[in-house]
Amino acid sequence: MEKLDNLVVSSSPHLRSGADVEKMMWHVNLALLPAILLSVYFFGFRALAIIILSIAAAVVTEGIIQKATGKEVLIADGSAVVTGLLLGLNMPVHVPLWLPVIGSVFAIAVVKQAFGGLGSNFMNPALAARAAMLAAWPVHMTSYAVPFVDGITHATPLSILSGAAHGELPSYLDLFIGNVGGVIGETSALALLAGGVYLFVKGVIDWRTPTGFLGTVFILTWIFGGNAGLFTGDPLYHLLAGGLMLGAFYMATDYVTSPVTKKGRLLMGIGAGAITVMIRLWGGYPEGVTYGILLMNIATPLLDRYTVPRIYGTVRK
Amino acid sequence: MGRLTFQGGVHPIYRKEITNDRPITPIPAPAQVIIPLQQNIGAPPEPLVAVGDLVKVGQKIADTEAFVSAPVHASVSGKVVAIENRLSPIGKEVPAVVIESDGQAIPLEDLQPYPALEEMSPDDLRRAMREGGLVGMGGAMFPSHVKVTAPQGKKFELVIINGSECEGFLTCDHRIMLEWTDDVIYGTRALMKVTGVEKAYIGVEANKQDAIDILREKLGAEEGIEVKPLEVKYPQGAEKQLIKALTGREVPSGGLPVDVGCLVQNVGTTATFARYLKTGMPLVDRVVTVSGSSVKNPGNYLVKIGTSFGYILDYCGIIGEPKKLISGGPMMGVAQITPEVPVVKGTSGILLFDKKDVPVGEARPCVRCGKCVDVCPVYLLPVYLMDYTLKGMLHRAEEYHILDCIECGCCSYTCPSRRPLVQTIRMGKADVLARRKKRQ
Repeated sequence: MEKLDNLVVSSSPHLRSGADVEKMMWHVNLALLPAILLSVYFFGFRALAIIILSIAAAVVTEGIIQKATGKEVLIADGSAVVTGLLLGLNMPVHVPLWLPVIGSVFAIAVVKQAFGGLGSNFMNPALAARAAMLAAWPVHMTSYAVPFVDGITHATPLSILSGAAHGELPSYLDLFIGNVGGVIGETSALALLAGGVYLFVKGVIDWRTPTGFLGTVFILTWIFGGNAGLFTGDPLYHLLAGGLMLGAFYMATDYVTSPVTKKGRLLMGIGAGAITVMIRLWGGYPEGVTYGILLMNIATPLLDRYTVPRIYGTVRK
Repeated sequence: MGRLTFQGGVHPIYRKEITNDRPITPIPAPAQVIIPLQQNIGAPPEPLVAVGDLVKVGQKIADTEAFVSAPVHASVSGKVVAIENRLSPIGKEVPAVVIESDGQAIPLEDLQPYPALEEMSPDDLRRAMREGGLVGMGGAMFPSHVKVTAPQGKKFELVIINGSECEGFLTCDHRIMLEWTDDVIYGTRALMKVTGVEKAYIGVEANKQDAIDILREKLGAEEGIEVKPLEVKYPQGAEKQLIKALTGREVPSGGLPVDVGCLVQNVGTTATFARYLKTGMPLVDRVVTVSGSSVKNPGNYLVKIGTSFGYILDYCGIIGEPKKLISGGPMMGVAQITPEVPVVKGTSGILLFDKKDVPVGEARPCVRCGKCVDVCPVYLLPVYLMDYTLKGMLHRAEEYHILDCIECGCCSYTCPSRRPLVQTIRMGKADVLARRKKRQ
């Protein structure tokens, strides 16, 4: 029995599913590939430069901080890449090239690592950084470009819709494929939906948050979005325009900053959708996805607390 | 309509094909058996023999007056050489009777088959259960005669025979249903008689279609017993999840199956009861699945209670670089530090895994993905239970129903950050219970 004198002992279970956070993160990066390709197609190689700079800055910042604080350097886990990529996709194509770098440093150093790193941040790092950049450099961050055109414009479909900018509203088809003004990664609903479906099929995201988000925006803009009275809005337009698809599938679903309960995940989507619509229809900004998600990030502990499921064998009080 | 099932759960690595076509094969009795005195939940039996005594197969060697207990019997004939503390597969040192076999396997003379079921009263059957040393052989080792006794004011309505065998690698219950089919049915009838119910379900996971077929064929037009195919999902065989799947009812938190009128008994226990009634030979052996990547000849073996794991593994042969030895299944079994531990009444499997099949890797930070919440078959929030346990927030852990955890391990199995969820929750449960005790 000398073969059996070196046994390891551990508490059950003795098997693991093989599911891996790193794999999930890389699934997210892969799911965004169509959006990246279309952003380059519509906005040119400058879009690619922004994405690469923002990813590189995020990964380098994460590595330096992990090294400096004596933690294990885990830059290969893909989470910093996701943050950098999402932030890059949230930039207009004509921002100065130092802006994505500063944004990523802020996202990783302040929003993520200062609160304890992966799993401990209470806001989505990419979104919080986008909000910070928007506050610090509002002109850079809202000088959008129209695809295939070199000039700068302030007109996005949503700003035209809200009356803040003048211009002709693009067609549904242009909105769907992304041939409209906006930040580089948000314009193509098609590319983002494809990636979203991929994430759903791979079991990375739960249907509840995106469904709650999109559904709420659809219903509320239909009811309140029109100028001719209730139920005269154009909900489809609101679904396809702005950062909604990017937010609903890739940022509201961020594990760390959204509820763990099923009901909580649905409420996360509904709440973010309601705030988005309020800002879009009655707020000072044409777009409200960023703040909708960030405010719900802050509400996440509360949502978890008040959506504890009924336990097997108990009756709900 | 989908198959009968419950909410939550996982689909672990099953690997049942390694042994599910290996018929039940007896292993020769070893030269020495180690029989722990207590092989039941409840009161420990006292030894009835002394060092130097000669014993025969089936002879009672320990018993007690206590109700919640079960006697143990000699599994070989020979001489008692020691009564001392030995390591049991539960991981504790327990008093045990060590018998040196004379190699004759002489049965006790006065063991008699019981009369036909029709001639026995429920009380007769209950007494027989206790005399036969019957306990839950799925692993829990709860005394069967206690389980079939409904507490004051409660009544059984349904007998559920648990043939789900939802743990990976284990196939002993599958083989029992295939090869001891008549015993399973006879035992089911006996359990119906003991509990006074008219209806019984035999729940079998759909990955054992041959067992479902043969049970249905042998039952024929017999009334009252129905075979129910279940969805293949772990922990389908957990008592509460099985009841939910078959009846839609939920056992109240902190309650027992009888609170919803159910008696759940494992197929192995059921068949063993029938064999005892038919032969008069108490529980002295059981079917054990021996499997895993380090076992040369895996299979389903009939072994004497008290046979050491080492003897069985030697008999089956060891290959590769064995690194982990488990008593039971891979999801809920207990890892062993030494192969010197004996097979007890609740040992359903002996699994020996090669180094390459023992998961390694450090736990990573929780990213709150909520997968543990999705798979919990009790609908708990494992992520918070672990957190509250580690932070010592026991009042919160209790408020979040930590004591309702059935320790199935789905949360740890599924965690993409390899966090020890159920392992920590187990500690938390102990802490919460200790805190409750202190308060009283």
